[in-house]
Amino acid sequence: MPQVFCYTWGMSEQTSNEKPTKVEPVTYDLRGVIAGIRRTFPVGISIFAYGLIFGVLSGQAGLHIFEALLMSSLVYAGSAQFAVLGMWIAPLPAASIIITTLIINLRHVLMGAALYPWFSQVSPLKRYLTAYLMTDESWALTMGEYMNGRRNAGFLLGSGIVAFIAWNSSTIAGQLLGGVVQDPAKYGLDFAFTAVFIALLLGLWRGKGDLLPWGIAALVAIVVSQALPGKWYILAGGFAGSLMGAWTYGRKS
Amino acid sequence: MDVNLEVFLIILGMGLVTYATRSGGLWMMGRIKLSPRVEAGLRYVPGAVFISMIAPALFTGGLAELAAGILTGAIAVRTRNLLLAMIIGVLAVWLFRQVK
Repeated sequence: MPQVFCYTWGMSEQTSNEKPTKVEPVTYDLRGVIAGIRRTFPVGISIFAYGLIFGVLSGQAGLHIFEALLMSSLVYAGSAQFAVLGMWIAPLPAASIIITTLIINLRHVLMGAALYPWFSQVSPLKRYLTAYLMTDESWALTMGEYMNGRRNAGFLLGSGIVAFIAWNSSTIAGQLLGGVVQDPAKYGLDFAFTAVFIALLLGLWRGKGDLLPWGIAALVAIVVSQALPGKWYILAGGFAGSLMGAWTYGRKS
Repeated sequence: MDVNLEVFLIILGMGLVTYATRSGGLWMMGRIKLSPRVEAGLRYVPGAVFISMIAPALFTGGLAELAAGILTGAIAVRTRNLLLAMIIGVLAVWLFRQVK
C-alpha cells in the first residue's frame, strides 16, 4: 500500500481465519525495530508528501512553524490535524477542536484492541510508549507482520520512528514552502484544503453502504452550517454520519 | 519560537486525547467488549467528518469550485495520488475562476 492516500481500514484482517504457518514467541528487540524501519521506508515517502501538504495548509490557517511542529509531534495524527485546520480561526474554538480530535482518533481504540493479544505480552512500559507511535500506516504494517506469524513487537517502534520523522520533517518543509506564497487565493491555493479532503474522502470509499452515512453527514453539515455560527457543522455531520453507519450495520442496503 | 499559551494548551489537549485513544484500546481490551455495531459506527467517523468539512463549502461555493471539486475527485479515484489530485484541483480552480 505505498500510495499517497491509502487509508488502511484493514479491520477485516483480524477476522481472517487463516492460521499463520509458524508463530514466533513474542519478543521486543532491535531486530524487530530494524525490520520495522526497513518495511516502512516506502510508506514514509507517501507520509512525507502528505505532511508537506499539512505544512503548507497549516501555514495558511495561521499556525506558526513551531506551533505546526508542536502539533505534528504531540498529536501526530494526520486526519485529525487536517480536520482542526478548518476550525483554526480566532477566537480558537478550543472545545470543538479537542472534541473533533478525539472523535476522529477514536478509531485508534479499535486498532489498539487488535494489537492487544500481541502487546499484552510485552512490559507495560514498552507497550504504552510504543502505542504513542501507532498510526494508520504503522498499525497496518504491524498487523501484516502479525498475520505472517512474526511476533517481534519492536516492529511497531521501528515503523513509528520512520513515520514520525517523515511526518515532522515534512511539516517543517511544507511550512517553509508555504511561506513563500503570499496571496493563496490568487493562485487557487485556498482550494487546496477542499481538494485534499475530496481525495481523502474518496480514498475511504468502501462501497455502496457508505452512501447513506456520507449523504446524511453532508446534509446535516450543510443544514447546521446555515443555522449555527462557527464550525459546529463538522461535529454535527460527523456524529450524524457515524450514527447512521452504526444504524445501518447488519442491515441489507 | 512564538507560541502563544492558548495555542500551546489546545495542542497539548489534542495530544492528550489522541494518546488516550492510542493507549485506550490496549488498556481496555480484556476489560470490556465493543459491540460490532459500535465498531461499525466508529469506522464511519473519518468519512463522515471529512465530508462534513467540505460539503458546506461546495454547497455555497460557485461553479468554478464545484467543477474543480469533481475534477479533483476524478483524479483522486483514477490515480490514488493525493498530491497530484491536490495540484490538479488547485490549478483547475484557478483556471475556472479566470474564465468566469
